[in-house]
Amino acid sequence: MTQVFKLSRRSFLAGTAAAGGLSLGLALPGAAQDASDSTPELNAWVVINPDNTVVVRVAKIEMGQGTLTGLAQLVTEELECDWDNVTWSYPTPGENVARDRVWGSFGTFGSQGIRTSQQMVREGGAAARAMLLQAAANRWGVDAGDVTVAKGVITGPDGATLTYGDVATEAAALEVPTEVTLKDPSEWTVAGTSVLRLDTADKLDGSRKFAIDLTQPGMMLGAVKQTPVLGGKLVSYDADAVMDMPGVQKVMQIGEDTVVVVADTWWRAKTALDALPIEWDLGENATFGMDDLDAMLDEGLTASDAFVGNEAGDVQEALSGAAQVVEAVYHYPSQHHATMEPMNAMALVTDDRCDVWVATQNAETDLAVAAETAGLEIPQCDIHRINLGGGFGRRASASDYTVIAVKVAMEMKGTPVKVIWSREEDSTHGAYHPTTKARMRGALDADGNLTGMHIRISGQSIFAGLMPFALEDGMDPLTFQGLQAESTEGEFGYTVPNLLVDHAMRNPPLRPGFWRGVNNNQNAFYLECFMDELADAAGKDPLEFRRGLMQDHPLHLAVLEKVAEGIGWDTPAPEGRYRGLCQHMGYGSYVAAAAEVSVDDRGNLTIHKIVAATDPGHVVNPQQIEAQIEGSFAYGLSAGLLSQVTIEEGQVQEENFDTYPIVSMWEMPEVESHLIPSGGFWGGVGEPTIFVATPAVMNAVYRATGKRIRELPLNKHDLTPA
Amino acid sequence: MQTLTVNGNNLEVDAEPDTPLLWVLREQLGLTGTKYGCGVAACGACTVHIDGMPVRSCQVQLQDVRPEETITTIEGLSPDLSHPIQQAWLELDVPQCGYCQSGQIMAAAAFLKDYPDPTDEDIKAGMTNLCRCGTYNRIKAGIKRAAELS
Ligand code: FES
Ligand code: FES
Repeated sequence: MTQVFKLSRRSFLAGTAAAGGLSLGLALPGAAQDASDSTPELNAWVVINPDNTVVVRVAKIEMGQGTLTGLAQLVTEELECDWDNVTWSYPTPGENVARDRVWGSFGTFGSQGIRTSQQMVREGGAAARAMLLQAAANRWGVDAGDVTVAKGVITGPDGATLTYGDVATEAAALEVPTEVTLKDPSEWTVAGTSVLRLDTADKLDGSRKFAIDLTQPGMMLGAVKQTPVLGGKLVSYDADAVMDMPGVQKVMQIGEDTVVVVADTWWRAKTALDALPIEWDLGENATFGMDDLDAMLDEGLTASDAFVGNEAGDVQEALSGAAQVVEAVYHYPSQHHATMEPMNAMALVTDDRCDVWVATQNAETDLAVAAETAGLEIPQCDIHRINLGGGFGRRASASDYTVIAVKVAMEMKGTPVKVIWSREEDSTHGAYHPTTKARMRGALDADGNLTGMHIRISGQSIFAGLMPFALEDGMDPLTFQGLQAESTEGEFGYTVPNLLVDHAMRNPPLRPGFWRGVNNNQNAFYLECFMDELADAAGKDPLEFRRGLMQDHPLHLAVLEKVAEGIGWDTPAPEGRYRGLCQHMGYGSYVAAAAEVSVDDRGNLTIHKIVAATDPGHVVNPQQIEAQIEGSFAYGLSAGLLSQVTIEEGQVQEENFDTYPIVSMWEMPEVESHLIPSGGFWGGVGEPTIFVATPAVMNAVYRATGKRIRELPLNKHDLTPA
Repeated sequence: MQTLTVNGNNLEVDAEPDTPLLWVLREQLGLTGTKYGCGVAACGACTVHIDGMPVRSCQVQLQDVRPEETITTIEGLSPDLSHPIQQAWLELDVPQCGYCQSGQIMAAAAFLKDYPDPTDEDIKAGMTNLCRCGTYNRIKAGIKRAAELS
């Protein structure tokens, strides 16, 4: 079935051709850089060069997740150009503003890269194809319905051919169609296939410039040091002590809590900063430690007030009338993003202009922040988007790097300044995965049926710490990710007649942020490990127990059945190996995992294999989704097995990878991925599978050792057999 | 002034003698393919070859590099992506963000010389560079593919 979509005028540019008749609606400056005489812009998404190369404009940013390639595939599919001729470019947020946000949101987070822009880019491709075919038909004096196209070569009724490049200029002068017909995904030939990424080659020879690598003539480098305790302030520093050190240009205070040394190289700036005598007033959080955090979260587990995220029936009645009540307390610690490229940004400020070169997941926010910081109007500023050396939500959580780079550059007008965080400063000034505990209580009847469940979450809210304006009457709805009723984003996958999910918000002095998977990580860990506890208490097989609760959730169940089949749940595991499984829904996709592990007599865990299944509705590039599944497992298992951020005397203790270990080649399991798109919706793929790796492994660890791992990471626990 | 031999060129360097080679390469010589990840020998993003041996360049001070030693960075591994590791990486779409990959490729190229026909266990033990994007399984497959291509 094909779908017909009405194009809104907003989706496209006004149909009046700009001077020269080569491009559409380019009345505003800044938009014309790809629309010179030789490069006709068919619409905001598509530019076709006379040599037939097709430039796909990409609004989302690439940080390794493959969105750039996926979006280009979708455009190519509808445009029917030759994939081998496709290349890409990034519009800037300034151009987006100038063109009435023709590209929609640049925000690249929440596993939205494909799903929130697929419609626009497919329409863009289809509209451009229609215009190109019309232009060829006009040239030949035939009806557009009588011309065909394959791989960018248009064929007329008499067999004559023209390429897209031949007619691009004429096409750009035509009216934008008001209606286009999109292909049904079953007809796709480029989208839906495992083409290689468009952005690999320059990652292999050092030629790719990350933001940290950029240089400009006259550039200076800044090293930054911020208050070691959240809320602390700078009292004084002795610039004279370092001004004579090699290369040092300037020592400056930025805001109330930051010192920056600027030098001609970053190493010299950092060396001087390390030698700089600094006095801090660490403020009221300077005594806060892990004992305080524990007490704070424990108190919330039984507090009388809590925000309700999901409620059905009467859970108290179910608990008091139960044949058996199962209770357990779980804990998920803080985590740092630890992007491999440390935070950095370069800014150049003059009296009437501010430009920033930065790796960001949300360049429009950086633009607003840069303009505000510089005291300029938005048209006087722009953000030059550079592909990220890892994002994972850190570069969507706070624009601190942009603010500080602009402030430093304001002190040195006319000089481009690149500010780089050392790994230690990056690690101790993160936007951390929120830390919570959960008190789980389940009511079983005499037949082992789950009649009620209370999930009390106690702990940190991202919205409260990062964007309080998003709270709803004080409640952070994001806390309940994956535990909500009837949500297309992340729905609770079980039917429990009496259910209460509530949140006692307790915020420790650590800046929270969106960390790949976000609140689904702990929610899936709590729920799916507890489900295994309930199954055991009910005397049932974990899969069978879940199945009984999932009859009204067929898509949740389908991925779970898939991994059970993949791991061979119905057949015994090989000698000495043990299995666990779980499922969860988030970012619009259904995901499940089954792990097979062994634990040796010294307590060492080996994860032999994890089978993953995902139903994201539609699949644009299978091999890239598989890469995301593997990557999400490495990221999720880092938190599950190895890493945590702790705080003592108000200060983050883990400064570098030696104390914040992450999964390496050594721990990485084999991953078997099953993609089972069921159609009808568009879910994300960058994050969802991260939720399920850890609970599947911990459930398997219990089978192997008899130890319930309710506190992460696993390396806090001794798995040595008694 | 000190002279370094980098990617076959003799280059004059003006930096403090205790400057890490990583920052000399990046800031004095403009060879930014070699990456800063941790500065404490924990991640491998800064891996280069000195006389063919893989070295974490954040741990080598400029004054420790002897004049006769030859340094190879990612920019000098091959002139045209023709090294088997680069070929295999292209074929299998190994990189995600790419930030760690210069170091991974340099480490893998050195590893492959020692283990021309590596097992999974060899690779697990020998490849210790970190990748936050989690490309490990493709790195493993890439090394095996490169062994075939060599
Ligand atoms: S930067 Fe040298 S090992 Fe990490
Ligand atoms: S590819 Fe991103 S850190 Fe390795």
